[in-house]
Amino acid sequence: MTPFPFSAIVGQDEMKRAMILTAIDPSIGGVLVFGDRGTGKSTAVRALAALLPPIKAIKGCPVNSAKAAEVPGWANLKTKRSHEAPTPVVDLPLGATEDRVTGALDIEKALTKGEKAFQPGLLAKANRGYLYIDEVNLLEDHIVDLLLDVAQSGENVVEREGLSIRHPARFVLVGSGNPEEGELRPQLLDRFGLSVEVTSPKEIDTRVAVIKRRDAFENDNAAFMLRWQAEDAAIRDRILTARKSLTKLKTPEKTLKDVAELCLALGSDGLRGELTLLKAARAYAAWRDDTALTRAHVRDVAPMALRHRLRRDPLDEAGSGTRVARTVEEVLG
Amino acid sequence: MDSWTQATLALQLLAIDPGLGGITIRARSGPVRDKLLSQIDPNTKRIHPAITDETLFGGLDLSATLTRGHLVQEQGLLARPGAMVLTMAERAPVRLAAHLAQALDRNAGHSLIALDEGAEPDEAVDPKLTERLAFQADLSDVSLHDTSTDPPGETGQRDARGRALPSDALTQITDIAAQLGIDSLRAPLFTLRAAQAHAILQDRDHVTAEDIEIACALTLAHRATRIPEPAPQQPQAPPPDQTESQNSDDTLNIPDELLLDAVRALLPDNLLEKLAAQKARQGRGNGTGAARKGNRRGRPLPARAGKISDGARIDIIGTLRAAAPWQTIRKNATGRDTIQIRPSDFRIKRFEEKSDRLLIFTVDASGSAALTRLAEAKGAVELLLAQAYARRDHVALVAFRGTEAELLLPPTRSLVQTKRRLAGLPGGGGTPLAAGMMTAFEQANHAKRKGLTPTIAILTDGRANIALDGTANRKQAATDAQQIARTLRGQGIDALVIDTGNRPEPALRNLAQTLDAAYLPLPRADAQKLSQSVATALGD
Repeated sequence: MTPFPFSAIVGQDEMKRAMILTAIDPSIGGVLVFGDRGTGKSTAVRALAALLPPIKAIKGCPVNSAKAAEVPGWANLKTKRSHEAPTPVVDLPLGATEDRVTGALDIEKALTKGEKAFQPGLLAKANRGYLYIDEVNLLEDHIVDLLLDVAQSGENVVEREGLSIRHPARFVLVGSGNPEEGELRPQLLDRFGLSVEVTSPKEIDTRVAVIKRRDAFENDNAAFMLRWQAEDAAIRDRILTARKSLTKLKTPEKTLKDVAELCLALGSDGLRGELTLLKAARAYAAWRDDTALTRAHVRDVAPMALRHRLRRDPLDEAGSGTRVARTVEEVLG
Repeated sequence: MDSWTQATLALQLLAIDPGLGGITIRARSGPVRDKLLSQIDPNTKRIHPAITDETLFGGLDLSATLTRGHLVQEQGLLARPGAMVLTMAERAPVRLAAHLAQALDRNAGHSLIALDEGAEPDEAVDPKLTERLAFQADLSDVSLHDTSTDPPGETGQRDARGRALPSDALTQITDIAAQLGIDSLRAPLFTLRAAQAHAILQDRDHVTAEDIEIACALTLAHRATRIPEPAPQQPQAPPPDQTESQNSDDTLNIPDELLLDAVRALLPDNLLEKLAAQKARQGRGNGTGAARKGNRRGRPLPARAGKISDGARIDIIGTLRAAAPWQTIRKNATGRDTIQIRPSDFRIKRFEEKSDRLLIFTVDASGSAALTRLAEAKGAVELLLAQAYARRDHVALVAFRGTEAELLLPPTRSLVQTKRRLAGLPGGGGTPLAAGMMTAFEQANHAKRKGLTPTIAILTDGRANIALDGTANRKQAATDAQQIARTLRGQGIDALVIDTGNRPEPALRNLAQTLDAAYLPLPRADAQKLSQSVATALGD
């Protein structure tokens, strides 16, 4: 079944915006979506897969290499022809074993042919694409550590059972979860470039609109897809245009100062906050088709780039999003 | 509608439209449940909480491959659509729940009948799953006598689409879900599908008010998080006419109140208790905890026979050792001159991992406590320390007096150091209970992140009089303490309140209740007795 179209998702603008920004500039470093059940988190991620522009990759390459020279030797590819493939969006299920994630000895080959071969895992599959972890806060610690390491270095190294393999693993991490079920370790939080909090819409009209579209999607699929695929294509084109204009975008000194001041006032840990905020603001400006970065761009993306980098205050029931908004108000006016 | 009728109806609807996801049946194993299950297709696949990924998703059939000498692929249970019965669903690990939830989300014709045999209120099916199942039925209070023996009507999957809906039905359903405090939008979608399926069951080509009413009752009642306020009595709306409402009459004007009543009638009596229990236990069982066996890390346990699955690590030496005695026999049997290993030889590595416990003593050193029992509390802590030392628990020490709390000792195993700090603890000043709990909370959180299991022991006489901001305000101080207690409980941190006052303090008992903690009022007693009670309350 085709996924629900991205453009047909009602509301949840911040989540949609965050995902589009990472599609424009993957180096922003992933999105964390926290919110209640049934708010369209998984729907949005799966919809994103269908929305993204295709990539050029070598056919049959386990790590989706762009050029023939980059295909790893262990893949044993005979013909190296390039073709257009959809951007990979790989699901990392809870309870996936280390072997599934990093790849391991190919038992099948070992048993039948007695060969020592490498069977690539999910990290290889996700290279140049997205890695989606639903319920990321329930992920087992040792898998989290492993992901942190790979997300940081962009390379997956397997040294076990007599295998010694390394391959590129550059992916955008998308995590979703329900904060009531457990917190995320700050180290992993920090690795996500953007973070959004979703809640179910409170207005009856919006809720009815959601139900109506879903119902149409299920009962009148053909017509519904026809109607929304055009919108999806429009977003896709806009992403492609934004990617191009991103390089030409000017970043005035003044805006850089704004960014630094904002992060300083919020006391966010490390410099990652500044970098991400800047990248996100640039991607946002490109998306809006503006020629130069301004204070307005920074203001719009500040909450999603910074809210998960603040020190947690267990008594603050309003949530860190409001704290960021307040500080943005104070610093940028 | 009693819960038996409800359950049978839900099963019928499920058979018509598997897109409804499924049903959770809460009942102990017994004749009632068996009778209900006899209504479903006897060939339905059954799965259990310990099912392996290979069985679910398919993959290499290792045993067959090894015996036959060529590749044998195994088809997973999820490869083909259909209903599945999950027994002992309350014991399903997060991993399985996540896999099943994913399969249900894919909308490939799977449906799940989860049999919840939980005995305690906090033993329940993973919320990830219940969220994706349209129905829930509780048969624990149904006796065999109450069950009807109606032959199940004609079941079988039928196309539930295209049943004409009353135009305002969508709005109504959404509105009711909102009034019941159901945030998730999956719920109203289920209601819609259930109403359509019910119309089919009744052999109608359009959805009527009755369908919607029943669908609301079936899909919304168990999800309600608040009881809707009864609207002011309205003049009785004319009952919806079901006989002549054909397609021409598109709007049915079902009064919302009617639908709400249908749901309200099915709301469980102990809804609020259940909610509280649910809230209090959320966030538990996510990894940190007591001892657990695994096959990845920790202290090694003896290897055992088993299948290579789910990332279990093979114990090569053990496997070879098990295979060795058979080599000559197998060589003779097959004529092959190599080491021959059969699936039955496989030995799997096992490990036991224990998360250490951290006891955080939060000691009241205020003037009032100093006057009464500080010395005694100190003695008790010392005795507990000795026990903690024997169990290799970690301990931390927080004292509060004057206007603030102080971390006297970060988590440590050093007995000597703890004793020295404790002996040097002076008494006097106000009772900033909230600040003390706050510091303990920070420590507990920190410890949890490091994989310890924290327990907070609060020793106080309960007369909190300093608020969190350091001002002397008795009322604010109590509010602050309650608020932190709620946070602690929300985080699922175990606690223990020891009342060291001369007389048991009701406020402290309240606090313990908010914390979901054991409360030990200690009338004049010696340190030995205090430590004994603590040990009992901690459970070992």
